[in-house]
Amino acid sequence: MTRDEIVAAIRAAHAGRTPLRLRGAGSKDFYGGLLAGEVLDLSGHRGIVAYEPTELYLSAKCGTSLAEIEAVLAEHGQMLAFEPPHFSANATVDRQIPAKTGATLGGCLAAGLAGPRRMQAGAVRDFVLGVTLVDGRGQVLDFGGRVMKNVAGYDVSRLIAGSLGTLGVIAEATLKVLPKPVAETTLAFACAADEAVRRLNDWGAQPLPLSAAFWHDGRLLLRLSGAAAAVDAARRRLGGELTVDGEKTWISVREQTHPAFAATPLWRVALPSTAPALAVDGLCAIEWGGALRWYAGDIDAAAIRAAATAAGGHATLYRAPESLRCRVDPFTPLAPALLALHRRLKKVFDPAGILNPGRLYAEF
Amino acid sequence: MSQVDPSDAIVATDRKTLVSRLRAILPAHCLLVEDEDLRPYECDGLTAYREMPLAVCLPENEGQVVDVLRTCHQLGVPVVARGAGTGLSGGAMPHAEGVVLSLARFNRILKVDRDSRSAVVQPGVRNLAVSEAAAPYGLYYAPDPSSQIACTIGGNVAENSGGVHCLKYGLTVHNVLRLRVVSIEGEIFEIGSAAPDAPGYDLLALLIGSEGLLGVVTEVTVKLVPKPELAQVVMASFDDVAQAGDAVAAIIAAGIIPAGLEMMDKPATAAVEPFVKAGYDLDAAAILLCESDGTPEEVAEEIARVRAVLTGCGARDIRVSQSEAERLRFWAGRKAAFPAVGRITPDYYCMDGTIPRKRLAEMLAAIAGMERKYGLRCANVFHAGDGNLHPLIMYDMSLPGDWEKAEAFGAEILELSVALGGSITGEHGVGIEKIKQMCVQYATPELETFHAVKAAFDEKRLLNPEKAVPSLHRCAEYGRMHVHRGELKFPDLERF
Repeated sequence: MTRDEIVAAIRAAHAGRTPLRLRGAGSKDFYGGLLAGEVLDLSGHRGIVAYEPTELYLSAKCGTSLAEIEAVLAEHGQMLAFEPPHFSANATVDRQIPAKTGATLGGCLAAGLAGPRRMQAGAVRDFVLGVTLVDGRGQVLDFGGRVMKNVAGYDVSRLIAGSLGTLGVIAEATLKVLPKPVAETTLAFACAADEAVRRLNDWGAQPLPLSAAFWHDGRLLLRLSGAAAAVDAARRRLGGELTVDGEKTWISVREQTHPAFAATPLWRVALPSTAPALAVDGLCAIEWGGALRWYAGDIDAAAIRAAATAAGGHATLYRAPESLRCRVDPFTPLAPALLALHRRLKKVFDPAGILNPGRLYAEF
Repeated sequence: MSQVDPSDAIVATDRKTLVSRLRAILPAHCLLVEDEDLRPYECDGLTAYREMPLAVCLPENEGQVVDVLRTCHQLGVPVVARGAGTGLSGGAMPHAEGVVLSLARFNRILKVDRDSRSAVVQPGVRNLAVSEAAAPYGLYYAPDPSSQIACTIGGNVAENSGGVHCLKYGLTVHNVLRLRVVSIEGEIFEIGSAAPDAPGYDLLALLIGSEGLLGVVTEVTVKLVPKPELAQVVMASFDDVAQAGDAVAAIIAAGIIPAGLEMMDKPATAAVEPFVKAGYDLDAAAILLCESDGTPEEVAEEIARVRAVLTGCGARDIRVSQSEAERLRFWAGRKAAFPAVGRITPDYYCMDGTIPRKRLAEMLAAIAGMERKYGLRCANVFHAGDGNLHPLIMYDMSLPGDWEKAEAFGAEILELSVALGGSITGEHGVGIEKIKQMCVQYATPELETFHAVKAAFDEKRLLNPEKAVPSLHRCAEYGRMHVHRGELKFPDLERF
């Protein structure tokens, strides 16, 4: 599929006011508002366009799979530092459209979901250097570029990250890439959830090479990444028990194939890392140095939202049966002033409101 | 999208009405209206561009900010927000029909929290003051523009400021968690949060670097990071700038992301050395400063690798800082490069283009050609790690035509930056200075989108008007075309 074909499809939809549902591999069909609109399958617009290891960037078309991108990066000892999930195992939510090989670059950026390395390395948007966007009128727009620093014009390319396809098709994107750490090791500690949060914040304020944390069922895993000497020194300082299958475990956390994430409905609660435990049952996992906490089971939506908001965070209904998803907004509602701003921005990029309507908020 | 083109002139403001309305909402000591009081505000760090405002407001609390903005919105009066005025692109230059809104009195650090590694500060707090307040906890605020002693966090947010450590630690956009913003209509909203990934669009990314065109920030939550146990600098000299450029690429190719990676050419070291006595090799065509930080073990390991790479790239001399004092001395020359050049020339004009690192030698050769073409000298300092070049064009404002030559010289560097695959500004912002070059970097549809984004926040286009994003009329007048997606080749490229 060429970019011109994407442009033609969007122009036609704009003219006919036809809602479109943008789709890469469908690996995150479960995420956000209920799916609506005619499928615009972008998985055919694929391929790595440019990769320059010494310039630390890679550009690819939206349908390129993360697996392909990461394989090419690995040949040069580099990685996507935000460690995005591929969700290849559970990319079959919509049975009418079979899932492909796992997440695409376009879907990864649109969803803005990062993995275990998020707290140390940054979010998806932190690595976006530029995008070629096809907006809701079928205009091709280039924002950002391929250099590390660029403050000319508003930073639209980062705005697009996490916008769930509501502002345009990310036809092509350029990402900052980083070298893989030389050494990596995983330590395990037995401790309760509160103690895990306390320790993670205490360690986080120290110059330690932490790159991921995961607590589940009384066991805290801590990943150290960096120079071999730094990882060794930190291991001696922190104690804990060395694990043997660290790498596999982190993939299972990233992909949510770990048993901690098995139950539904699954709530994703982002909090200030130091927030005390919420008065909500069903805590099943803690990540990101205490800033990401997962809850599963039959939880009252209003109660978990109120608790998260009171603690300075927000709660997302992450994975749930359709019967619940049609009753509960996926994301924490916006304050009125912010909602009005969102609507105006949506109009800038998609005046006819045809792109992924309702996927982010029901109002647009 | 509506066709928004802010070419219609702002209507002349009735100064008397404006001043009497402002007097009603601000105490006397928070409002300046006399010419001699307004004079210090007529420019920012880019002194070649000046304009006198109608009034300067110095509010002391958020309520007053809201009142000032509401009043200006009602009267249709432009508002230019201002921090310390250290900006280098004229972003804080006043509007002749408008007011300057100085956030200088918003200078309190409201909270520093060790465990959550964050600080809540007012926008008028100086960049360095945040790190000083965090130091007792072993933490600091990572973005460190060279002006960090004076520049404010609010200004850093407006410009998305960088610094010498941003290759490893990121720009302002990577280190701000939350903003409290007042809209031109006087409405308060908060974006981002102390919790990661706030719901909705990433408005933080949009606001940071928006050069005061979208809203006025009244509070900022910044991320703090643990201070590394140790930092050391490797200083290497090269006989050839191309060799030094290759060494930068080789360091990255070896999988090293240094804490800082800076280059200075011979004219720059020559200007700096008598001033700072940093111990620079004055015979070298270029020197590289490469900082490594972390645990002592990590630093030792990285320094050894960096040394091997630099030797392999033909460095003629390599020195490693042996003490904190020596490390700071190595850096002092780089950080003082601008004032040092200021000592050897009556005036200098600092550019801020970014280019892919591998095009560095080409760019420096082209700049040497431009020195001959315009008959002006130029010293080059370079955030080599992230491709951000700061050529310092030396001129004399008192010589007729000299400034015009410097301006044309600068424009040529910026336009070549775009042609080489880079950007007209890496960290100083577009402001008023690079407004014409925006027409070269962006095509009409992107510029129209920027104007529409602006209108979504500020429909009457009163916040910092005529800055950052050029009107389409202005681009037409400038007559220089955006090279659209490489379909046209830069006609002069082969020469370089």
